[in-house]
Amino acid sequence: MLKLPIYLDYSATTPIDPRVAEKMMPFLFEKFGNPASRSHAFGWESETAVEEAREEVARLVNADAKEIVWTSGATESNNLALKGAAQFYAGKGKHIVTVKTEHKAVLDTCRELERQGFEVSYLEVGENGLLDLDVFQAALRPDTILVSVMLVNNEIGVIQPIAEIGGICRDKGIIFHVDAAQATGKVAIDLASLKVDLMSFSAHKTYGPKGIGALYVRRKPRVRLNAQMHGGGHERGFRSGTLATHQIVGMGEAFRLARLEMDAENERIRRLRDRLLHGISDIEQVYVNGDLERRVPHNLNVSFAYVEGESLLMAIKDLAVSSGSACTSASLEPSYVLRALGREDELAHSSIRFTLGRFTTEEEVDYAIKLLHEKIGRLRDLSPLWEMVQDGIDLRTVQWAAH
Amino acid sequence: MFAPVYLDHNATTPIDPTVLSAMLPYLSGQFGNPSSRHEYGRAARRAVDEARSQVAAAVGAHASEVIFTAGGTEANNLFIKGAAAAYKPGVLAVSAIEHPCVLKPAEQLARQGWTLHKLPVDGDGRLLDDPYRAVLALKPKIVSVMLANNETGVVQDLAVLAAPAAQVGALVHTDAVQAFGKLPVDFRRLNAAGVRAMTVSAHKIGGPKGVAVLILDKRVELQPLLAGGGHERGLRSGTENVAAIVGFGVASQLAVSRQVAYAQRLLALRLTLEDGLRSLGAVLFSRAAERLPNTVYFAWPQIDGETLVGHLDRAGYAVASGAACSSSQPEPSHVLQAIGVAPELARGAIRVSLGEGNTAADVTGLLNALYATIDQLRHLPAMGQPSLATMH
Amino acid sequence: MAYSIKVLDHYENPRNVGSFSKEEPGVATGMVGAPACGDVMKLQIKVGRNGVIEDAKFKTYGCGSAIASSSLVTEWVKGKTIDQALDIKNTQIAEELALPPVKIHCSILAEDAIKAAIADYKKKHGEQAVTG
Repeated sequence: MLKLPIYLDYSATTPIDPRVAEKMMPFLFEKFGNPASRSHAFGWESETAVEEAREEVARLVNADAKEIVWTSGATESNNLALKGAAQFYAGKGKHIVTVKTEHKAVLDTCRELERQGFEVSYLEVGENGLLDLDVFQAALRPDTILVSVMLVNNEIGVIQPIAEIGGICRDKGIIFHVDAAQATGKVAIDLASLKVDLMSFSAHKTYGPKGIGALYVRRKPRVRLNAQMHGGGHERGFRSGTLATHQIVGMGEAFRLARLEMDAENERIRRLRDRLLHGISDIEQVYVNGDLERRVPHNLNVSFAYVEGESLLMAIKDLAVSSGSACTSASLEPSYVLRALGREDELAHSSIRFTLGRFTTEEEVDYAIKLLHEKIGRLRDLSPLWEMVQDGIDLRTVQWAAH
Repeated sequence: MFAPVYLDHNATTPIDPTVLSAMLPYLSGQFGNPSSRHEYGRAARRAVDEARSQVAAAVGAHASEVIFTAGGTEANNLFIKGAAAAYKPGVLAVSAIEHPCVLKPAEQLARQGWTLHKLPVDGDGRLLDDPYRAVLALKPKIVSVMLANNETGVVQDLAVLAAPAAQVGALVHTDAVQAFGKLPVDFRRLNAAGVRAMTVSAHKIGGPKGVAVLILDKRVELQPLLAGGGHERGLRSGTENVAAIVGFGVASQLAVSRQVAYAQRLLALRLTLEDGLRSLGAVLFSRAAERLPNTVYFAWPQIDGETLVGHLDRAGYAVASGAACSSSQPEPSHVLQAIGVAPELARGAIRVSLGEGNTAADVTGLLNALYATIDQLRHLPAMGQPSLATMH
Repeated sequence: MAYSIKVLDHYENPRNVGSFSKEEPGVATGMVGAPACGDVMKLQIKVGRNGVIEDAKFKTYGCGSAIASSSLVTEWVKGKTIDQALDIKNTQIAEELALPPVKIHCSILAEDAIKAAIADYKKKHGEQAVTG
């Protein structure tokens, strides 16, 4: 028996893996010490657990544990990386380069840095969602101090060429930050070979708990940051605040499992994703958003032309998916990521992001395929746009009584 | 298994079983992101909203005044830096005994052109009135004074302190992290007296680590610390830590419902402990001041605090030397320095902070352990040597 | 987004979905909104010689509230004279469907669709037809 709604929104957040939850439990109960308490066993026990977890996070991305700084999540990691580096290196220059399809945590932070006097270039992507290296090269200036490009896009799952970008940045002495919140457990990350200086991580996108993330800060060559959270001097001064031991332990275990299981898991999920894609490809006028090859295996973002996104979400409420990006606003805005891909509004309005994960089954995918066939048909019967297109009208020639 | 007696509740507290059971569903099946529009997301949103109302009710605030953060440090940073960002640099005043997560952001502002006044305290750790009035005459834009001190437990009369500060136009903030749960804390009353913002944290009241709130009068404009996504009315972006927030909601309710009985019980234990300590010749700090019912801060001349704490740990008693902070700083506590305690004595400082699970037997046991240890340590030239604790 | 029971009912069981042939006598069409805004409503009315709206059909590209608003007005305009139909106000639609503030524009669009259809009718049939 299927449990409805079927969760296909693993990029918004993932369930905590039961093995992770089990590892967290003692630290929610008897092992409650403050890891900063230096005077008793409760504190030492927590500190040991925190350091073991730090090793696990480092191991997944082939870094040194000393390069991992705990934060409250990827949003804080991105804020710390961008503001911390921009402020520290402000004497060298004022120019920052990022991409229009970055997560809001990067884009909004860049806007704030603009208010602080930095100049930011927001680069276009191609219609496949990927950053073109020539476009990137051309954007760099002598006063560019910082570049931020995400590894995996949260909406369309495309993988940006960070190895190449890192090489260019290193040659020019530019600090390179990568938001890898959506990447861990989905693509192999080797920070020993990648020329990345700062990398943001999140636990709750990788079967760990919410409220915990980390920032990788390279030691060789050493990257400096201005701290953004001041207080007791935790995390070698990079980030003050009592460490939430249970969450840290959870992140460590989640990343350990990701390291051990990602190869097999990604193969399984890719087969399910391809099954979903194949299953809906006989619906007319379905468009995949973003490059299908340079993409994580668990993401499928498609537009169902001439069907409006919110009514589609309502129609397929047995599927927990997202339309546009999960944001805090009440009304549905067409996704800025899809618009950056050059998607027309009616396609940007009708996109659905399916993100599959560890607990997705074939039965669930088949149910989704069946439901989509049924509901897309029904909504198109309701759609005046679909009717016009069937009548051979080119919608671009229509004078809309815009509201 | 050997289970030491935990006497360090001002550092952190165990999670109450009721709180933990409320959190568990959100660590398993109820895992949605509150920003998601599907049922998983909406369920998470409802849980966050309910916890927001619970915390608000517990501290006498309105739900719309509650901003969830990742901890007390973040909440204090958010207020100090966020409020300052709305102004041109001016005068800023914080008490000299604030927690580092107020002091350090204030010092950061001082490097950005603000004039920082650290308000002095008397020999018992109470804010001194005359210097305070003198600073208010300089029309500070921001004033932050903690409700209760984490080391000494000294309680400040915020309602009295806030009024004249508000009159000169200062935004008054209080760090109530240590006070909440041990004393009645009513933001509405403080707000009426001129307090505009207040910090409370979950893990000091039987809730989980990783969540705290800034209670903020909505008339105050604040620049967020974390940009991206616009959560918490745009004042704190980042996916909500749902399980911890739910835990905080329940913990805050429990804290309020238990507060009177809890304070009475702990005060009785504290008085017994203090009698015993005096008979052992200990110096008690802030004796004459009104203090939290659970906190005793003391030292013996010529006995090194870290060494004593190490002995107590082996004897099965978990206490703190100075404040629980990440740095293994060898210099004595800034709080004791502000009180005017001689550095030699301050280095001996030990803090016992009682809590939910402690009993009269724990207090007697601790006194016995101290009795056995002190005599031994008096004959050791311990001072100035690296201690066990700092070497971890 | 929590929808009211009435919105859900109209969304699940929309009334009068479809199209009349534009050549049919007495048929007029109102098309309002734009794909870029996320809503397009097409409302068709079939007006009898006595000036009474005998039938109505709609198709809507838009959210559940937009679909419900247009479905509702097809029910409401039937049996009304075109003058009476012009009296239908968006506030009545919003009230009937208990639309939240962010969805009020759907009811405005539905009112506009009625007006557009009637304007089309008047254009085709001349003012005389109105009083019929």
